[in-house]
Amino acid sequence: MKTLILRTASKYMLPLLLVFSVFILLRGHYLPGGGFVGGLMAAIAFVLHAFANGLENTKGLLRIDPAILMPIGLALALLSGIAPVLAVDLPFMSGLWWPDPVPIVGNLGSALFFDIGVYFVVIGVTLTIIFSISESA
Amino acid sequence: MLTAILLGFIFSLFLVFAGKFIKGRLAVLSALVPLSLFIYFLSFIPQISSGEVIRQNYEWVPSFGLNLNFTLDGLSLLFSLLITGIGFLVFAYTASYLKGHDYLDRFYGYLGMFMGAMLGLVLSDNLLSMFIFWELTSISSFFLIGFNNTSEDSRKSAILALAITGSGGFLLLAGALLLGSVAGTYSITEMIGQSDMIIQSDSYIWILILFFGAAFTKSAQFPFHFWLPGAMKAPTPVSTYLHSATMVKAGIYLLLRFTPVLGGEDVWNTTLITVGGITMFYAAVHTLFRTDLKGVLAYSTISILGLLVFLIGLGTQYALTAAAVYIVVHALYKATLFLITGIIDHETGSRDVTSLAGLRKVMMPVAIAGFLAALSSAGMPPFVGFIGKDLVYESTLDMGSWSLFLTVLAIATNILILYAGFVAGIKPFTGKLPEKFSKVHLPNFLMWVPPLILAVLGIIIGIFPGIINDSLIAPVVDSVGREGGEVKLKLWHGFNLVLGLSAVTLAVGALLYFFFKPSAKKEKDISKLDFIAPKSLILDFGDGFKTFSAKWTYILQNGFLRNYVTTIVLVLVGMVGYSFFIGGNGFVLNSDSFSEITFYEVVIMIVMFVAVAFVVASKSRLGAVVGMGIVGYAICLLFVIYSAPDLAMTQFSIDTLTVILFVLVLSGLPKYLDIVDYKARIRDGIVASSLGIVIFLISLAVLNEPVDKEVSEFYADNAYVLAKGKNVVNVILVDFRGADTFMEIAVLTIAALGVFSLLKLRLDKSENPKK
Amino acid sequence: MEVLLATMIGTLYAAGIYLMLKRSLVKLIIGVILLGNGANLLIFLLGRIAKGSPPVIPDNSKIFLEAYTDPLPQALILTAIVISFGLQAFAIVLVKRVFQVVKTDDIDEMNTTDAQV
Repeated sequence: MKTLILRTASKYMLPLLLVFSVFILLRGHYLPGGGFVGGLMAAIAFVLHAFANGLENTKGLLRIDPAILMPIGLALALLSGIAPVLAVDLPFMSGLWWPDPVPIVGNLGSALFFDIGVYFVVIGVTLTIIFSISESA
Repeated sequence: MLTAILLGFIFSLFLVFAGKFIKGRLAVLSALVPLSLFIYFLSFIPQISSGEVIRQNYEWVPSFGLNLNFTLDGLSLLFSLLITGIGFLVFAYTASYLKGHDYLDRFYGYLGMFMGAMLGLVLSDNLLSMFIFWELTSISSFFLIGFNNTSEDSRKSAILALAITGSGGFLLLAGALLLGSVAGTYSITEMIGQSDMIIQSDSYIWILILFFGAAFTKSAQFPFHFWLPGAMKAPTPVSTYLHSATMVKAGIYLLLRFTPVLGGEDVWNTTLITVGGITMFYAAVHTLFRTDLKGVLAYSTISILGLLVFLIGLGTQYALTAAAVYIVVHALYKATLFLITGIIDHETGSRDVTSLAGLRKVMMPVAIAGFLAALSSAGMPPFVGFIGKDLVYESTLDMGSWSLFLTVLAIATNILILYAGFVAGIKPFTGKLPEKFSKVHLPNFLMWVPPLILAVLGIIIGIFPGIINDSLIAPVVDSVGREGGEVKLKLWHGFNLVLGLSAVTLAVGALLYFFFKPSAKKEKDISKLDFIAPKSLILDFGDGFKTFSAKWTYILQNGFLRNYVTTIVLVLVGMVGYSFFIGGNGFVLNSDSFSEITFYEVVIMIVMFVAVAFVVASKSRLGAVVGMGIVGYAICLLFVIYSAPDLAMTQFSIDTLTVILFVLVLSGLPKYLDIVDYKARIRDGIVASSLGIVIFLISLAVLNEPVDKEVSEFYADNAYVLAKGKNVVNVILVDFRGADTFMEIAVLTIAALGVFSLLKLRLDKSENPKK
Repeated sequence: MEVLLATMIGTLYAAGIYLMLKRSLVKLIIGVILLGNGANLLIFLLGRIAKGSPPVIPDNSKIFLEAYTDPLPQALILTAIVISFGLQAFAIVLVKRVFQVVKTDDIDEMNTTDAQV
């Protein structure tokens, strides 16, 4: 599998795909996309890189254990849900919104942070599964 | 009052943490808990006897009508005093009886829990909370009977007792719900006002059956009595407390409590008189054939419980007064007898009446207590037992045409109870002390003082019945719905018929005691009749049921996945098919609204069919995986065509990852089994295609129905207005149903952790799959 | 098209169940996946299908101006797809471990809890 073409391609593909996945994540509230799809795309980008360059290289690139993304994402999603309760005494999961719109993202609100949490969890889950399987295969 | 009830539970909880602390010399301090409660309840006597009823309400689950309403009236007060008073003595007694036992803390924990539950039971005005406490008493009784959990007998008896009282609990729950739905309330006080309406209703007879079932199982009435002798496997303090003085009287309490609601009808009275009468006589006869002291006491307890049910059945003023008096009398002398049996057992190691004798020489105070209790149980003047027995005869004589029969029955029972009391209270202490018991000595005062207190109380109340007349007995009769206080408790009524009957009872009973000697042979003879005893019948039924369940389980849970799947599919196909074809709701397909079929859709479909067929038929695993991937991508295209871009993207990514996953794992997986079994294939094919056809029909049938889009429209209309998002699917996921999504990612995390630990953890060191 | 789709769903269910009835664990998992695909399509179909009208509110509006497809089934299916990935991954790894331990892929040889001989 480790052909030169694939290796070279994946080197440039990885950042491109990652940027794309973030783009998909951010625009999710207005156009098709969102945390699930974005996270899956990012995960696929890493898996592709691992196929081309070997698992060890990808892991080195990542620096952190993907498993750590799961609790981070869960905490982020939970915080975005609790924030309205703590900050302004609204019910759990009420939307909080930044008054002015931001480019690409549109209105900035707690829902976005929730989606980012989903994004991290999906990356963490997928990579943990795939990595641990390919290590033991 | 809530605090009073909770105190027992808090005490148990405290022992969980501080158990070590209470095991030593400080054990006796735990008796302060019931003592303080006893004093607390004593302080209510002036209010209650002046006719007041004290109520306290706490809301718990108001939407179910489940509230913690507590009522303290005469009946509750009498029981509360018994529970805490006897409780105090038993707690103190236990400190010495089980001194140094490994699980003394646990024992006190169960006792505390029981006391709390029993208080809750008698104080609850809400039928549902009463049921909860009722069950709690059964459970604590289970733990206490099985306290010696290393003995198989104890465990069996505990399970039997739980089975019987537990099924009674079910009946009570059913009865409570039925009664609640008829009365429209769960408050017992409010039910009394609607007594007529309840009695008139169609459900009355069912309510009666259910309540009787509950009361008869709990209070060990024939034919459910057999769990009680088994329950005597428990340590003696438990037998004293639960299985004689308090818990078994819960059924009696239930009947008394509901006399004003359900009572007064012929069916109520006749059933109670019949069951109570049979129980009291049957159990009394049984005492003749027991040689174990506790066995004798167990059967005489059942007999008294029968007598109480019998009296409630008579239902007259005299009878209810007699019942109230008997509850006190019995608690006093029976607790005494149990406690001294415990002392004898503890000191001599034997409970066999045929070998025990002459113990008065070594434990005089115990002998005095036993002697007093035996005379009280015999109904000898001036003991309080005499007053009780008088009232019983008064009430049976009052019963018109049946009076002769009922009176004779009562006399016969009383004669046998007298015999039982003498055997337990006098026989072990008289005669010549056998050599082997000469070293026996008096136990710690904690053990012999409690029975002596109870026995002395028996004679004091007998001489001065006024003590309990206005303060306890009259309020009880009041709260049962009759005018109390009219029947004055007196020791001396003058020379009349009742006195004569008492004399006959005493004389015949004494003769019986002197000439009938209990022996092991007689016990053996009667056990030949065991095969028709209710106990053996029920045990046989239990065994049969077990065998049946085992066979049944073997048929259904046979360990073959395909049989489970086949069963599920066939049942589904059968039920849906029935409603389709035989149920008569056929449908005409309305294809007007259906969308056109275009060329490339047909191509996608053909590709999918081929791929599915390939997955099913392929002999290679890789082939099947490829086919599966193609099916996934085809579905992805369908999502694209039919306006679901989010789904298309997700499906595409997931499908890619799934194929990668399979390819990675495949090398570690087994090759396909090559089993060629055409019969099985045909069978599986029929099962599978029948499901396919049913699903096909269901989807068409549903498409034919108008669709309700209320929820979707709400989301669509409010996506931007409320949640400032324009991609409605995403808005639903992260905003409207955000909590669900949160759960979903949590589940994903768990799956990932599962995968990780399955692959990385090696629990078994010897297992080394990589060689 | 609805009839074609319904036929497809029926086929996926039938194929899924057929594979689940086999004695091979791997086939069992593939069967479950096919069944899951069928279920997703079923929900999708029952929400009614339409072309070219995704449930996305147009740029210059706050509410839908034209007909749109039902977003609710889509949200349901999206979650189902992602969850099923987690399920598949776990199941397939479980099968792998089972095979390592009991050295068989035959379900019929696993219906006892006794240790492997």
